[in-house]
Amino acid sequence: MSTDTPVTEMSFEQAMHELERVVDQLERGDVALDASIALYERGAALKKRCEDELKRAEEKVAAITLDSGGQPTGTQPLDAG
Amino acid sequence: MSDLLDDPAPGQNAPEFSVSELSGEVKRTLEGTFGRIRVRGEVGRVFKARSGHLYYDIKDDRSVLACTTWKGQISKLAVVPEEGLEVVVTGRLTAFGAQSKYNMNVEEVAVAGQGALMALLEKRKAQLQAEGLFAPERKKPLPYLPQIIGVVTSPSGAVIRDILHRLRDRFPRKVLVWPVAVQGSNCATEVARAIEGFNQLSRGGALPRPDLIIVARGGGSIEDLWGFNEEIVARAVAASDIPLISAVGHETDTTLIDYVSDLRAPTPTAAAEHAVPVRLDLLAHVEGLGARMAQASGRAVQQRRQRLGDLARALPRPDSLLDTPRQRLDRVSDRLPNALISGVQRRKLILSERAASLRPATLRNLVERRRDRLKNLSSRLSLRPIEQETERKRERLTALTTRLATVQTARVSRQRDRLLATGRQLDILSYKATLRRGYAVVRDGERLITSKSAAQAAAALIVEFADGQVAIRGGEAAAQGTPGAQGARGALGTRGAPASSAAPAEPVKSKAAASKPKPPKSSGGQGSLF
Repeated sequence: MSTDTPVTEMSFEQAMHELERVVDQLERGDVALDASIALYERGAALKKRCEDELKRAEEKVAAITLDSGGQPTGTQPLDAG
Repeated sequence: MSDLLDDPAPGQNAPEFSVSELSGEVKRTLEGTFGRIRVRGEVGRVFKARSGHLYYDIKDDRSVLACTTWKGQISKLAVVPEEGLEVVVTGRLTAFGAQSKYNMNVEEVAVAGQGALMALLEKRKAQLQAEGLFAPERKKPLPYLPQIIGVVTSPSGAVIRDILHRLRDRFPRKVLVWPVAVQGSNCATEVARAIEGFNQLSRGGALPRPDLIIVARGGGSIEDLWGFNEEIVARAVAASDIPLISAVGHETDTTLIDYVSDLRAPTPTAAAEHAVPVRLDLLAHVEGLGARMAQASGRAVQQRRQRLGDLARALPRPDSLLDTPRQRLDRVSDRLPNALISGVQRRKLILSERAASLRPATLRNLVERRRDRLKNLSSRLSLRPIEQETERKRERLTALTTRLATVQTARVSRQRDRLLATGRQLDILSYKATLRRGYAVVRDGERLITSKSAAQAAAALIVEFADGQVAIRGGEAAAQGTPGAQGARGALGTRGAPASSAAPAEPVKSKAAASKPKPPKSSGGQGSLF
């Protein structure tokens, strides 16, 4: 499952789901103490991953330039106002 | 006769044409008279020749008009004719002299009114639906948070602005705009190519491939939106591997692309809302999760501390743990000496019980019993049965011997009786009986004499009577000639004959002697005769 995927390779959605799962598990309180510590560390890493992804909200708008045959050749900044 | 040949007669002034002249004249007349015209009708059979030219019919309920659009003119058509479509075609009427036919070269095709357009749309919809392009299971899920969003729309105008604004409000992302004409004859091909082009981009390339495509256009008339009803657009959307949101026109305008897309947004703004989640909400959610996690972890430790304390209080004193075993040991060690003593005593009791029955008398009794039995058996051992058996056998032997003797005696006596009877029979049949009646047998030695000549030839004769034989010299007897007298004389000398008679008489004598014991009764008879 996603438990095997390294946190850094997760998509935002995966990381968020995993974080929710970790929180649920911790709140149920049926995890062994040492396991719960490992789980907390994993949860913290997931939270950081999600926050990073949310902070990295960059806006970059470009329009594709096309050649005469309609094939894309590159991009140019687009200011749509 | 004159009717058969063309024979111009006076007064006939009808003009005469060659066929080509006439064709050219007709063509000129048609083109000149009608010029550029519009014709309304339903598209009939459509045929695209290999050369690229398009041939089709426009018809109404009574007539058919042949139409042609040359290869170079096709790309300029706003609507490509489809069978059954109600259209208004614009072009020039012309004639095709080689076949004596006229037709219309069409430069423009327009759908004849909204009703006709809707009918065409319904037809396409039904066809694509039958192919399964609208099936819910074909719909791809949209990514929760796309990294790059590709937008297919006009680069200028309110639509792209609305989308970018809404994206910025919710979650600023990278956006790639693929500029297209959103109305007019190029619209469909450009939109289709843009969708295919986005799919062809590679992830992480110079032009990065988007995770989501939005095809958007503002509101307009059905003719304005028509490009999004074209089949090539619908097929490009269906073939797209990238999830696609369509937002064409206002909420009330539904175009063909909306049926094929993975999500239909009522407006471009709504498309942007579906494309990304709200960033601040997510941040809050993540914060909340972090707080819950910290709380839960703290609580988990707290709960365990509490439980540890509880358990520690419940833990008993170490020395009290030993109380029970100690008590048990005391009780058991008290019972130990007694157990040994009682065990020995129990065994002693058993020994005395067993020893009581062990006495010499017991053994004696045993021997006595055996002896009695021996005596009993030896008394039963005697010769009597064997003697009795022998006696029985002997009696049987005696009886058998007696029976044997009896049988033997009876058998001998029976044989004797039979012998006597047979002997008597023999006597009756024998010639000797005949001799007793006075006959005699004459022999010469062994030879029987039956005739006088034989008697005369014989040297000596032996006459046999019933009671004996008399030897007579042969010659005398013949001279005497009286056989009876001979017999009597012979008989007189019988007694002395054997002793005094010469050698020739020997065999007779022996024969007589031999025959004598045979009839033993005759001896009796002989006796009574003397």
